[in-house]
Amino acid sequence: MKAIQESPQAEPRQLHMNKPKFKWKKWMYHLVTGLFALLMLYPIIWLLMSSFKESSEVFVTAHSLIPDPFIWSNYAQGWEGIAGQSFGTFIKNSLIIVGFSTIGAVISSALIAYGFARISFKGKAFWFGCMMVSMMLPHEVVMIPQYIIFAKIGWLNSFLPIIVPQFFGHAFFIFLMVQFIRNIPIELDEAARIDGCGRFSIFYRVILPLIVPAMATAAIFSFYWKWEDLINPVLYLNSPDKYPVSLALKLFLDSETASNWGAMFAMSVVSLLPVILIFFLFQKYIVEGISTSGLK
Amino acid sequence: MKLRPAGDNLAGYAFISPFIIGFLAFTIIPMIASLYLSFTSYDLFTTPQWIGLGNYIEMFTGDEKYWTTIKVTFTYVLAGVPLRLAFALLVAMLLNRASRMVGIYRTMFYLPSIIGGSVAVAIMWRNIFGNEGTINQLLFFMGIDKQIFWYQDPTSALWTLILLSVWQFGSSMLIFLAGLKNISPEYYEAASVDGANPFQKFFKITLPLLSPIIFFNMVMQTISAFMTFTPAYIISKGEGGPLDGTLLYSLYLFQKAFNFFQMGYASAMAWVMLLIVGLLTLILFKTSKYWVHYESKEG
Repeated sequence: MKAIQESPQAEPRQLHMNKPKFKWKKWMYHLVTGLFALLMLYPIIWLLMSSFKESSEVFVTAHSLIPDPFIWSNYAQGWEGIAGQSFGTFIKNSLIIVGFSTIGAVISSALIAYGFARISFKGKAFWFGCMMVSMMLPHEVVMIPQYIIFAKIGWLNSFLPIIVPQFFGHAFFIFLMVQFIRNIPIELDEAARIDGCGRFSIFYRVILPLIVPAMATAAIFSFYWKWEDLINPVLYLNSPDKYPVSLALKLFLDSETASNWGAMFAMSVVSLLPVILIFFLFQKYIVEGISTSGLK
Repeated sequence: MKLRPAGDNLAGYAFISPFIIGFLAFTIIPMIASLYLSFTSYDLFTTPQWIGLGNYIEMFTGDEKYWTTIKVTFTYVLAGVPLRLAFALLVAMLLNRASRMVGIYRTMFYLPSIIGGSVAVAIMWRNIFGNEGTINQLLFFMGIDKQIFWYQDPTSALWTLILLSVWQFGSSMLIFLAGLKNISPEYYEAASVDGANPFQKFFKITLPLLSPIIFFNMVMQTISAFMTFTPAYIISKGEGGPLDGTLLYSLYLFQKAFNFFQMGYASAMAWVMLLIVGLLTLILFKTSKYWVHYESKEG
């Protein structure tokens, strides 16, 4: 078969016969898929372009993507912030919350995942089951008592109620890392043990370096969830100097009566920039994380 | 080559101790407290008053808004999740081919779901469907001269929320795409030889072989759709309006707890939510044997 196909006589004829029809189909495919993809991105492009329009123009020319005139002043104005706080403060607050939450969630999840994946102990199946169930538990069921507890110990209007729970492992991340560790050959642990490593140094020297991809995936999702989290800041933070970006945008929306659309759109774009940047930098980890464990 | 069992117990619990502490402190104790509170009247400042089933009775017989939120939430979940999954499958099949452009398309389709939960996107969505928003202006240019007031009618307002959730089909699409790549092309070749048309191939090969993945997605997304908060909170500015048309369950629960300080009632709502989510998951699992196809494990 192969010999026939590769023979100089057969090939040009086949090409000649199939070429026009094949190409037409391919172009149609790319036209339809490409247009469809652009349609899906249209709202985002509209938001971006509107942020360069005069506030008074945004809804007069909502059908058009081209800002006329093209202005940067929305960004300057938005950056001045709202409620007496510069937008830089909101970004700083978001970074503190996201940074500590992510470090806490990733490190604690890795420790816990190692325990579940590599050590056999009494009651392991029970605790693993607890973890799987807690993955599906609606947050609303624990939200009110948690609020009461944090209020009683005086943690309201601080980042602590948002950050501290992350230091006790995150079920999705534990699950992701357990799957990952199970694929690492157990012989590596054994070899390290024979060389005199204890449990913790096996974890620290052997496992930890090998699960960096899973930790990266977890870190990225932790970043996303905490960056866009709205309900916890709404619950726990009440002075604008502690607001993260998500809650600050809500402030912009509430003062919408001033119809300063431009600044609100500009800061919306700013709030999306880190998310999109990380997406393009670490797309590989994200795609892997979703395809293997259904993280969203 | 086994490590000592006694040491194993100690080491095991040492490693998972953060989980156990967190699980007790942030899940089990709050759950017990929440169950207790659901039988009380509690406003956060005075001591809880035991009222037995009072909150539950009020919920099902006295509170008309509660039935509205149930209706709204079920519409949101039962329309949104299947539409999103269908869309995800359609696009995944479109992208399941060898082409250099596929990677770019995949990124473009996936981007909305990566930013979709944010406040910025909810603000954008609110403005796109505004009275003078893009949708109305584009409709005008297409010759439809009637302005649609998306946010003045409860039904159309809810549908903008559903559309926002369908628009974020990207992560399901990725999972389906990974599943499609695992289906051996031999199945399709054999079907072609037998003269199957594309529809037959879809219904007899693609759908059955993907059904475990579809099932998993459906369970997870039904649960998370039930808990949707941010878009409803932003788009209706925390009100759930118009006429409670976008009053999703989480939003109503939040209002009851933190606007009206009816902590007991809100706790009871949370427990009913847990029961509904559990029941829906159970139904999905029970019916799964009729439509989920698991390949027999061999060789």
